Amino acid sequence: MAGTLAEKVWDAHLVRHGSNGEPDLLYIDLHLLHEVTSPQAFEGLRLAGRPVRRPDLTIATEDHNTPTLDIDLPIADLTSRTQIDQLRKNAKEFGVRIHSLGDSDQGIVHQVGPQLGLTMPGLTVVCGDSHTSTHGAFGGLAFGIGTSEVEHVLATQTLPLQPFKTMAITVDGDLPPGTTSKDIILAIIAKIGTGGGQGYVLEYRGEAIRKLSMEARMTICNMSIEAGARAGMIAPDETTFEYLKGRPHAPEGADWDAAVEYWSTLKSDDDATFDAEVVLHAADLEPFVTWGTNPGQGLPLSANVPVPSEIADANERVAAERALEYMGLEPGVPLRDVKVDTVFIGSCTNGRIEDLRSVAKVLNGRKKAESVRVLVVPASARVRLQAEAEGLDKIFLDFGAEWRNAGCSMCLGMNPDQLAPGERSASTSNRNFEGRQGKGGRTHLVSPLVAAATAVRGTLSSLSDLDLPGDVDLTTFDGTPLAPLAAPSLV
Amino acid sequence: MEKFTVHTGVGVPLRRSNVDTDQIIPAVYLKRITRTGFEDALFAAWRGDASFVLNQDAYKTGSVLVAGPDFGTGSSREHAVWALKDYGFKVVLASRFADIFRGNSGKQGLVAGVVAQEDIELLWKILETKPGTEVTVDLENRTVHADDITVPFQIDDYTRWRLMEGLDDIGLTLQNEGAITEFEAKREAWRPKTLPAKHLPTVPIEPARPVDA
Repeated sequence: MAGTLAEKVWDAHLVRHGSNGEPDLLYIDLHLLHEVTSPQAFEGLRLAGRPVRRPDLTIATEDHNTPTLDIDLPIADLTSRTQIDQLRKNAKEFGVRIHSLGDSDQGIVHQVGPQLGLTMPGLTVVCGDSHTSTHGAFGGLAFGIGTSEVEHVLATQTLPLQPFKTMAITVDGDLPPGTTSKDIILAIIAKIGTGGGQGYVLEYRGEAIRKLSMEARMTICNMSIEAGARAGMIAPDETTFEYLKGRPHAPEGADWDAAVEYWSTLKSDDDATFDAEVVLHAADLEPFVTWGTNPGQGLPLSANVPVPSEIADANERVAAERALEYMGLEPGVPLRDVKVDTVFIGSCTNGRIEDLRSVAKVLNGRKKAESVRVLVVPASARVRLQAEAEGLDKIFLDFGAEWRNAGCSMCLGMNPDQLAPGERSASTSNRNFEGRQGKGGRTHLVSPLVAAATAVRGTLSSLSDLDLPGDVDLTTFDGTPLAPLAAPSLV
Repeated sequence: MEKFTVHTGVGVPLRRSNVDTDQIIPAVYLKRITRTGFEDALFAAWRGDASFVLNQDAYKTGSVLVAGPDFGTGSSREHAVWALKDYGFKVVLASRFADIFRGNSGKQGLVAGVVAQEDIELLWKILETKPGTEVTVDLENRTVHADDITVPFQIDDYTRWRLMEGLDDIGLTLQNEGAITEFEAKREAWRPKTLPAKHLPTVPIEPARPVDA
C-alpha cells in the first residue's frame, strides 16, 4: 500500500499495534536528554526501582542552563548549578553517556545528535524538548515529549502513541537572493498559523527544499513545532548521506551500504495521500520578520507593522492589539524603521556552522551599529572550534560582537544571557513569546542574514539595505569581504 | 494516579488565546529538580497584575480553567501541567490544545477537555457574570455543566479510560515486555548506539570572557 514517509517510519517501529482506541506502542531509537526536563524522570525511576532500559540508546548534554562566559568557573546561579549537578549524578548512577560543560562535545542537544552522526534517516528520536523536531531533517520521526514520557522511554525504550495525521508542505521554485530556509519556515507558520499543524507530522518537499543543505533543513524542521506540529520531516537524499558519512557514529562498511539502501526507500510514494497539503512558492519569499508575540505573527520585512483595527477576526485583532502593546510598536510603522538593542545569533534553529559562516561573510570588514549589542553563540563546542579554525571568531570580534561559548543562551534566557525589560532583539532563535528572552524583553525572529544586516544598521534590515549582492554563496567562508562595503548607508 | 470520574469546582474564565507554556510557567521556574511546589510559578508574569483573573477573590480557589483556543502551545515543559495541578486545577477546557500539552495532561491526571468555541463563550459569559460559579465536569459522560447549561467536551477514549482507572503508563507498557524484547532482537546493525562513545579527538575549549563595559 502506498505510504507517506512518516507512515513508513512509524510502521518500522511498531512494537504492538493498538486496537479499540488504544495507542500503538512505538520503539524509540535514540533518546536525548538535557538538564531541565530529565531530573523528575530520573526521580521517578529511582522511586519505582527501575533501571534505564537502554543506556546505549541514550545520551545527555548540558545546554539550557549553561553559562556562555567563564565556563571554567563554578556556575553562579545556584538553581542552575543544582540542575546541572543533578544531571551529572543521574547520568553516573544510571550509566548514561554525558557531555558536560567544558567537554568538546557539549552543546545544544539538537546539534550534538547530528554532529556525532547519531541522528540518521529512518529513526525515531525523542527528547524532552519541543525542538526535537529538528532531527526530522534527516528523514526520521523526531518529536518533543514531556517529562513523564522521558521517564517512560528511559524505563521501556518505547512510547504509546496515537497515530499522527500527515501534511505535505511543498515549497517549489528557487529562493530569491538574500532569503534563507528561516524565511521559508517563518512564512509557512504565518500562513498556516501557530495551531495549523496541530496533530500533524509535516513533510517538507519540493525543489526549494531539495536544494537546501542539512543545516538549512534542520532550521525548517526545528520550527515545525511553532506551527503546532508534532514533527517535521524531509526525505533523505544524497545531501543527507553526504552530511552523515564519516561522522563518529555513522555506520561503516557493509552497515553503511545496508543503511543507504534502506534510507533510499524512505520517501513518500507518488500515490501516497496526505491529510492536508500546503503549497508555497519560494520565488515569492522575502526576508521575513515577526512583529508580535507568537511565531505566526510575522510579515515580510518590507511590510509595515499591522494595524489591528484592520483585522477582521475578533480573536486575532485582540491578540494583535495585545502583542503590539507588549512589543511597544506603533501600528503602520515600516518594520525597517524598528530599532533594536540586541542582536542574538545562535540557538538550535540558527547556531550552526553554516549560519555563522553566512553571518561572518556579511560582517567581515564592517563595524556594528554603535547602540547595538551583538551576541554570537555557537550551537555546540564543536561548532565553536570549527568557526575558530576558519577564523570566523576574529571577524565577529573585529565587528564588535561578543563571541561566546555554546548553549541555548538567549533563546530562552535560562542562563544570564537575557534581555532587560523593554529591550528589543533581532534574534535567530525560534520563539518570540512574551518574556521568552528575559522578563519584558521584545523579540523579533529573523534569519541569520537579517540578523547580520540588522547588527550593521541598528534597525531591522536585510542584505539589500547593505547594497550587497544577494546571490553570492553564503554557505562557505573564504575570508574575502563582501563588496561593496557601501559605507554611506552605514551612517 | 488518582481516579477521575466527576469533578465540581469554581470555574475560571481565561479570555486569552495562544496561552503558551512560557506564560503558564516561565523558564526561570524550570530549574527545580522536584516534581511538586510549582503553584507560585503558575502564570507568574500575570499574577503581579491585580486585574488578572486569579487575583480576584471569586476565582482564587478555581479548579476548572476555561481558556481560549490553542492552549499550551510552545515548549514541551511538563512543568506547565504540574503548575496547573499544584495550584489546584483539575480540568482545563479549551477549543484547541497543543499536542504535547494535551499528552502531558493525560499522564498527570489533568483533564484537558476540548469544548467548541461557542460553548467556551457561553461558559465565559456565565463565569464572568456570576463569578465563583461552580462547574461540574463529568468525565464518564463527557459533559460540562455550569449554571443552566450543559455542554459536551471531547477527550480521546484511551486517555479517558486511563484517567477513570487512574492507570500508570509505564506499568501498562511493561506488560508488553516480551514484544519489546522481540522487537529489539530484530533491529538492524546500522542503527546508532551511543555506547561505546565515539567522537572526534577531545580539544580544550577556551572559556569566553566578559567584554569590558
